Amino acid sequence: MKKFFTSALMRGLFWQLIGWIVGALFVTGVRVLMGLNPFVTGQYFFTEPAWVFGGLVGAISYVASTGAMTDWFKWAKGEEVPEHREDPPGWEKYLNVSLDHKVIGVQYTVTALFLLCVGGLFALIFRTELAHSGLQFLTLQEYNTFMSLHGIVMIVGILLGVAGLMNYLVPMLIGAQDMAFPRLNAFSYWVAPPAAVLLLSTLLFGGFDTGWTGYPPLSERAPLGMQMFFLGVAVAGWASILGGLNLLASVLRMRAKGMTPFRMPIFVWAAIATSLISTTATQLIGLSFQMVMFQRLFGMGFFDSEKGGNPILFQHLFWFYSHPAVYVFVLPGLGIISELMPVFARKPLFGYRFVAMSSLGIALVGFLVWAHHMFVSGMNPYLRIPFMFSTLLVAVPTGVKFFSWVSTLWKGKIEAPTPMLFVIGGVVVFLLGGLSGPPNATVATDLHLQNTYWIVGHFHDTMFGGYIFPFFAAIYYWFPKVTGRRMNEALGKIHFWLMMPSFLTLTLLMMRVGLLGMRRRVADYDPALGFDNYHLIMTIAAYLIAISILIFLYNLIVSVTHGEVATGNVWNSRSPEWQVPSPMPVHNYDQPFEVIGEPYDYGLPGSVYIKFEDKKSKGH
Amino acid sequence: MRHYVIAGVLVIVLAVATYAGLMAIHLMPVEASAQSIPIDHLWNIEIAIISFLFALIMVPLIYSLIVFRRRKGDTSDGEHIEGNNTLEITWTVIPLIVVLILAYIGTYTLGDVLAVDPNALEINVTARQWAWSFTYPEGFTAKELHLLVNQPVVLDMQSVDVIHSFWVPQFRIKQDVLPGRITTERITPILIGNYTVTCAQLCGTGHTYMTAPVIVSTQADYDTWIQAQVAAATVAAQTPIGRGQQLVAQNGCASCHSIDGSSTGIAPTWKGLYQSQVKLSGGTNVAPGTVVIANEAYLIESIVNPSAKIVNGFQDNVMPKSFGTTLTQSQISDIVAYIETLK
Repeated sequence: MKKFFTSALMRGLFWQLIGWIVGALFVTGVRVLMGLNPFVTGQYFFTEPAWVFGGLVGAISYVASTGAMTDWFKWAKGEEVPEHREDPPGWEKYLNVSLDHKVIGVQYTVTALFLLCVGGLFALIFRTELAHSGLQFLTLQEYNTFMSLHGIVMIVGILLGVAGLMNYLVPMLIGAQDMAFPRLNAFSYWVAPPAAVLLLSTLLFGGFDTGWTGYPPLSERAPLGMQMFFLGVAVAGWASILGGLNLLASVLRMRAKGMTPFRMPIFVWAAIATSLISTTATQLIGLSFQMVMFQRLFGMGFFDSEKGGNPILFQHLFWFYSHPAVYVFVLPGLGIISELMPVFARKPLFGYRFVAMSSLGIALVGFLVWAHHMFVSGMNPYLRIPFMFSTLLVAVPTGVKFFSWVSTLWKGKIEAPTPMLFVIGGVVVFLLGGLSGPPNATVATDLHLQNTYWIVGHFHDTMFGGYIFPFFAAIYYWFPKVTGRRMNEALGKIHFWLMMPSFLTLTLLMMRVGLLGMRRRVADYDPALGFDNYHLIMTIAAYLIAISILIFLYNLIVSVTHGEVATGNVWNSRSPEWQVPSPMPVHNYDQPFEVIGEPYDYGLPGSVYIKFEDKKSKGH
Repeated sequence: MRHYVIAGVLVIVLAVATYAGLMAIHLMPVEASAQSIPIDHLWNIEIAIISFLFALIMVPLIYSLIVFRRRKGDTSDGEHIEGNNTLEITWTVIPLIVVLILAYIGTYTLGDVLAVDPNALEINVTARQWAWSFTYPEGFTAKELHLLVNQPVVLDMQSVDVIHSFWVPQFRIKQDVLPGRITTERITPILIGNYTVTCAQLCGTGHTYMTAPVIVSTQADYDTWIQAQVAAATVAAQTPIGRGQQLVAQNGCASCHSIDGSSTGIAPTWKGLYQSQVKLSGGTNVAPGTVVIANEAYLIESIVNPSAKIVNGFQDNVMPKSFGTTLTQSQISDIVAYIETLK
């Protein structure tokens, strides 16, 4: 227990609190010197600038106190540091700064699961409120805060989950010992916990009622919680930018001998496409939020029409990241689908090169479509037409993926253990998300659909199909690689068969009520609309999903110590990481390997993908 | 070959069944505006495309899962098919053509929806947290939007605070309403009936209840209503209480403050408020638990600076803080005069 409380995670929390107070006191001191009002009477004691600066100092204090930056300080002072830092055995390494990409991958994934559960809990709270028309147990401000937090906590959770998958998998898949910059990698992870604390602290500062989009002028008027939200997003953004940069460098420089671009495992292509977006677009959301933050702190007028600003400018800046961001979420998920499907269909991935290029295609076209979120915003009406064309173009590379997946299954020998169930579930759910997209892309129909539950249903289908289902598939699939044990198959199947129909019911009914006139982001609805029964069913479905997640968590935790031992090539995969025993050795591959074949040549007798250089190696 | 024929037939069957099913359950609300007709036409085209693509993916997917499943004891792999460039190019180019055609049709539909009618009646729409008000060409302002059937209207919309969005689901079209800029929406109502305009852009705590009635009526009913409003406005404008009542209607105060003693849960009722004892939960420079008398000074302060005194059981930051600047002093005293009559 002592080891838990002295871990970097807990130490950071302590120093974050101290840093927060010190930062707030500093600004308060400056205000005293300037003759400004040092405190506000009422709820929050310190002034808004004091809290904001304190929040920033707190976040930096967290990261510094964990030791994630210690080596850099030593370099700056000219001190020697060891190339590798060995982790202690046991669970403590997961709560402390580690440079091992596998440990960091697990840290990311567990943090992501925690945040996804918190975000899901928020959803359950307001979903319960919506079960019946009228206000049941939430105030309007509470409803808006939970709804807003659900959005951003889920988004950060998914971003961290993406980082978890990429960190754990990519170095293993390309035959590297670690990421290109292990210290930067650790730093990228350790900015995430203080960001999560900042985001959740909004609950203590009056919440925020703007949704995760934070449009001004509303966000200018929201309670102090708004600022903590801005700060939390800005801090979390660092993880995304630096993580993406690190991954690109790793893939470019550290691939095994013979691993030409078109012989990389397909997930690596998805990781590249994702990282290209996250390194180049994330800045824009940080910037747009920072501008609103400065409007509040310094009275600047970027988006304030009375001061010559333009509220629509914010939306352009915001969506320039926030649309590509959804591809940051789904591309790795789609990569998981493409990676696992050949293993369980026992057939090569159909059209490997086209699938790889479609990821890049989606990423690039994804940069040109942001204004489709603004078709009713009041932007230039004719500018909507080019954005309609570019948005519809996304359907083309996405379609290539679907056709290739189906062709991969065709004439295979399909097995469906739990990971494959989630892969198939992901394809079906993402198909519904994809097919509900074009009506939003064509301006005329979007005039009706925008800001309704139709969009909510569409978006949740893309997120669950494109990320959450594949994320579960990946966890079930690589769990033996991490722990040397398998998760329980029966519980996994129960998880799937409970979640899949519940989720489809939930989102299809969302689309149904949306078309009939249900706005999004409302705490109540007119009983005359006749939506009470639909909402009751949706709430029940949401609870069934929650139960399935509890079953998953139970399975996950128990299997770490009690799962069936599985140290070999559990899934009979050709991928390099399964050619060495589980759990993965500390520095991945004792002998480097050379790529001598295609990654997915299932069904071709005598073919091999990799060959270890040492003759005494485990071979293929 | 047999597999392709069976799957092909199933694709057609499922596509037709999906389309027919989606059409049968009436996905959209009634078409109450001329603009909703081209929109629904485009929507139906999209549903047809969606149904076909749904079947095209789902049939081979489920067919494979059943027919090509691994049989017990079989440990061999599937057929070694790496891909097919002709197929890949086919399913890149054909969807490309389809989406370009769809975008082309969509462009023309948008043109139909935005078409300008020079005879359109102009109505000014003001959106605020959290109410709509409508100013008619005759010069009066009302909380209801009355429209004449088959008469094109153009709504010139502006917000006094944050971004709102004008949406009547039966009219289909949605348009954000911005502070500092006028946005327009053109509607030709074609179906007599009662509808509701809602705010579709999250605008704060009261967003949920930011609605107003929309009434599409015949020429006779419309004229009667207009004349009654004009007459009432003329009479009311002559007394402070009447002006106050008009201002309350224009500013949407009553969507949060009831005037009949009922509870909205958002803000205290005005009935019996004047000269009553009010228990406070806090506020700027006020200790929790303080009890004050709701005199004229209190009412004015609460309008100009709502955070000064928070009534027990209600929250700060709910009422807009802008009334001190958007209303003149004489307007505020008119409103107070009106509140004082609500006993």
